[in-house]
Amino acid sequence: MIALWIQNASHAQLQELWWLLCSVVGSLFLFLTFVQGGQTLLWQVAETDTDKDLIINSLGRKWELTFTTLVLFGGALFAAFPKFYATSFGGAYWVWILILFTFIIQAVSYEYRKKPGNILGARVYEGFLLVNGVVGILLIGAAVGTFFTGSNFVLSQYNLVTWTSSLRGLEAAFSLFNLSVGLFLVFNARALGAMYLLNNIDFTDNDGLEERLRAAAYKNFLYSLPFLGWFVLQIIPMDGYGIGQNGEIVRVTFKYFLNLIEVPALFISLVFGLLLVVTGVMLTAKTSARCGIWSSGLGTVLLGLAIFGMAGFNNTAFYPSKVDLQSSLTIYNASSSLYTLQVMTWVALLIPVVLAYVIYVWKSMDSKKMSLVDLGGRGSY
Amino acid sequence: MIENVNPAMVNWARAQFALTAMYHWIFVPLTLGITWIIAFYHTIYVKTGSEEWKNLTRFWMKLFGINFAIGVATGIIMEFEFGTNWSNYSWMVGDIFGAPLAIEGIAAFFLEATFFAVMFFGWNRVSKRFHLFSTWMVAIGSNLSAVWILVANAWMQHPVGQAFNPQTARFEMHNFADVVFNPVAVSKFTHTTSASMLFAALFIISISSYYLLKGRHVKMAKRSIVVAAVIGLLASGFVGFTGDEAAYEDAQHQPMKLAAFEGLYQGKKNAGLVAFGMINSGKKVGDDQDPFHFEIRVPGILSMLANRKFGSFVPGINDLVYGNAEQGIMGAAEKIEKGRVAIAQLDAYKKATKAGDAAAAQAALSLFDQNREYLGYGFLEKPEDAAPPVGLSFNAFHVMVVLGTIFPLVFLAFLYYSYRGTLAEQKWLLAGGTIMFFLGLAAHEAGWVVAEVGRQPWAIQDLLPVTVARSNLTAGTVQTTFFMFLILFTILLVAEVSIMLKQISIGPEEN
Repeated sequence: MIALWIQNASHAQLQELWWLLCSVVGSLFLFLTFVQGGQTLLWQVAETDTDKDLIINSLGRKWELTFTTLVLFGGALFAAFPKFYATSFGGAYWVWILILFTFIIQAVSYEYRKKPGNILGARVYEGFLLVNGVVGILLIGAAVGTFFTGSNFVLSQYNLVTWTSSLRGLEAAFSLFNLSVGLFLVFNARALGAMYLLNNIDFTDNDGLEERLRAAAYKNFLYSLPFLGWFVLQIIPMDGYGIGQNGEIVRVTFKYFLNLIEVPALFISLVFGLLLVVTGVMLTAKTSARCGIWSSGLGTVLLGLAIFGMAGFNNTAFYPSKVDLQSSLTIYNASSSLYTLQVMTWVALLIPVVLAYVIYVWKSMDSKKMSLVDLGGRGSY
Repeated sequence: MIENVNPAMVNWARAQFALTAMYHWIFVPLTLGITWIIAFYHTIYVKTGSEEWKNLTRFWMKLFGINFAIGVATGIIMEFEFGTNWSNYSWMVGDIFGAPLAIEGIAAFFLEATFFAVMFFGWNRVSKRFHLFSTWMVAIGSNLSAVWILVANAWMQHPVGQAFNPQTARFEMHNFADVVFNPVAVSKFTHTTSASMLFAALFIISISSYYLLKGRHVKMAKRSIVVAAVIGLLASGFVGFTGDEAAYEDAQHQPMKLAAFEGLYQGKKNAGLVAFGMINSGKKVGDDQDPFHFEIRVPGILSMLANRKFGSFVPGINDLVYGNAEQGIMGAAEKIEKGRVAIAQLDAYKKATKAGDAAAAQAALSLFDQNREYLGYGFLEKPEDAAPPVGLSFNAFHVMVVLGTIFPLVFLAFLYYSYRGTLAEQKWLLAGGTIMFFLGLAAHEAGWVVAEVGRQPWAIQDLLPVTVARSNLTAGTVQTTFFMFLILFTILLVAEVSIMLKQISIGPEEN
C-alpha cells in the first residue's frame, strides 16, 4: 500500500510530505536543544565541581543526538529542497558559518574538557559550550525568523543566488522579530535543559542541585514568555507571501493568521504545544515530578511543527525575498524532482526504525540515573 | 549563465574546502578502521571474560573517542560547505547529490551516534551482549556513513544516472540504482575502507611499539600487535586489489586524472608505469620541456593497469587536451566549442521560453541537445585548463603507492617476530613501528590529493567546473573564513595530539 502511494503520489503531495518531514526533524532538533540549554546552565546551577561534572556527563550522553539531528536537518533540506539550501547557505553566508563554528567547538568540548593535556584548560571548553548554547541557538532562531520576515536575495533565471546585503545573513539578527524567535529558543532550551537534567541525574548524594534546577526551569520559562508573546503578537497581523493564481508570488494580508485558521492542524499544534510546554514546567516547578521534560519536549516539537507549518504550508512562500518577490521560495519551486522525492520517501521509511532504536537505547542507558559513581575513572567527561 | 567569475574567490573556496577536507581526513580513516579492530578486541573480551582484554579494549576505545570528537567537529563543516561556498553546485546537482547526504544522516549517523554512547558508557549500564552489539553497531554505522559519502563523491567523479533539465537549468536524478552502484563508488568504498583498516592497524602498531620499546604494558602491546598485524596484512591485500580497480575506473572515466598522476603527456601503446622518477614541475601543458628530470618506467604495465590489456593505447595529457584523430580522441578545444554552443542555446531557449516563442525555444533546445554533453567544457577559457596540476598529482600518487607497498612488509615482520616470540628484542623494528602511523597518514592524505586534485578543474567530471560551482561571494569573505578554520582546526589538532600523547603516556587502566 505504501509502495503504491509513493508510486502514485503527485509531485505536490511529495513536496508537502517532505516539508512535513523536514519540519519533524527540525522540531525534534528544537526539543534536543535541551543539550545546548543545559550547557548554558552550568554557571547558574552548578555550585561545585561535582555539580558541573554531573551536568556535563549527563548532557554528554546526549549531545551527539542533537548534533546528528542538526546534520540530518541540513541533509534533508539539501535533498528535498536544494534551492533553499543553495540560496540560504550560499547567500546568508555569515550567519550559517557562525552557527557552524559554535557547533564545531561544541563537538570537542565534552571529550576534551577534563582530559589532561587539553592545552586550553577546562574553563575554555566550558566557554565553548556556553557560546554554542547561546550564540548558536540564538542565530538558528534568527535564521528561522527569516522564514517570516524575508531575506535579501535575488535569483537569476538560472536560479543562482545573489545576496544583496553586505552583512550576508547577519542582518537577520538585527530584526526584533527574528531576535525574539532566537531568544525564545534560547530560554526554552534552558528550561528544557533544566528539566532533562532533573530527569537524568540521581540527586541522592547531592545538596541543592535539584532545587536549583527546578527554579531554573521555571525562571527560564518565564523569561521565554515575553519573546514568545512578541512572536505571537507580531505574527498574527503580519503580512506574508503566498502563491497567486498564476503561480506568481503575491503579498497576502494576515497570511500567517490565515494559515492558522485555514489549516486547523497548525492551530491545534500551536495551542497544544504551548499547553504541553506550560504543563511540563509547572509539573517541574510546583511538584516533585521529574517527567516535565517529556511534556515540555513534546510541546516544543508541536510548537516547532506549527512554526514550520505556518511558514511553508497553505501555498506560502517559506523563504521570501525582500528584494525581488518573484525570487521567493515555496515548497513547490524549491524542491527536488519527483523522482528524487520518491527515492527519498522510500528512504524515509527508515525513520521509524531509527526512532525505535534511539528510544530503546535512551531507555536502556537512562534506566540508571547519572550519579557520582559515573564520574569516576577515565571514561567520564 | 555565469558572469564575473572571480578566480581569486574560486581559489580561496577551493583552498578552504581542501583545508577542511584534509583536516577531516586526518581523523576519519582512523575512526573507520579502528572501530572494527576495537569490535574484535571487545568480542574477545566477551568470549573470554578476561579483564586484560577488557582493559585493552577500553584503552583503544579511549583513544578512538578522542579522535572521534575532532572527526565530528571537522565533519559538520564539510556538509554545509557545499551550500555556503558552492551554492551554484548545490542548486545544479542538489537533486542528485543531496540524497546520499540525507541517507547518510538517516541510515548511518544515527546508528553511530546512538550506539556510541552505549559503547563508551554502557560498561555497567547494559548487558555485556548488548554492549558488544553496540560496539559493532558503531563500526557498522561509521562505515555505512563512508558508503554514502563515497557514493556522493563517486558521482562527482563519474556522474551517472542523471540528465540535465533545461527548464530548471540543473542536473536531475533519473536512476538511483545507477548512482548507488556506480562502479567508481564501489571501488572508492572498498579502497577507502580497506585503507582505513590498514591505517588503524598502523596506529595500533605505532603505539604498541612505543610501549614495547619502553618495556611498559608489554602483554597488552603484544596482544594488540598480533590482532592489528593480522588485520593490517589482510587489509593490505585488499588495498592493492581495490587500488588497481580504482586506477582502472580512472582510466575508463577520468583518463586525464590517470595521465596526470602518471605524468604521461604523450599517449602511447604499451605504456610503461613510472617505478621511479622526478617530475619536472615547471612543465606546462603544450610547452617543449621534458616532463621528467629522470624516470624509470616498467614497460607495458600502465597499459595493463588502464585497460587490462597489454599493448593497448593509454591517452596522454596532450591527446586529451589537443585531440588525437588517429585514436579517435576529441580534444578539449573542440569540446569547448561545442560547450559554448550548448551554453548559448540554453540561454536562447530560456529567452524564447520567456517570450512565449515556442518555435524558437524548440530550435534552441534541439541545438542544445546536440551539444549538451559538452556543456561543462563551455565554461573553460582554453583547452589547457582541462588539465589538473600534474606535478602534485604525480607526486601524491607515487608517495601513496610506495608507502602502500612498504606496509604489508611491516605487518609481516611484526607477525614473524611475534610468532618467534622475539618481538620485544627487535629494537630496530619497534623503532620503525613507532613512525608507521605518520607514514600511514601521509599515504592517506596523498590518496585524497590524487582523487581530488586529479579531477580538477571539475566539480562534476566534464559537466561542471569549479569556477561555475562556486557561491557568489567576495574573495575577502572566503579568505576570512579560510583563516578562521585554519586557526581553529590547528588549535583543536594541537589539543587533540597533546591529549592523545598524554593518554598514551598514562597507558591502559590496570585492573
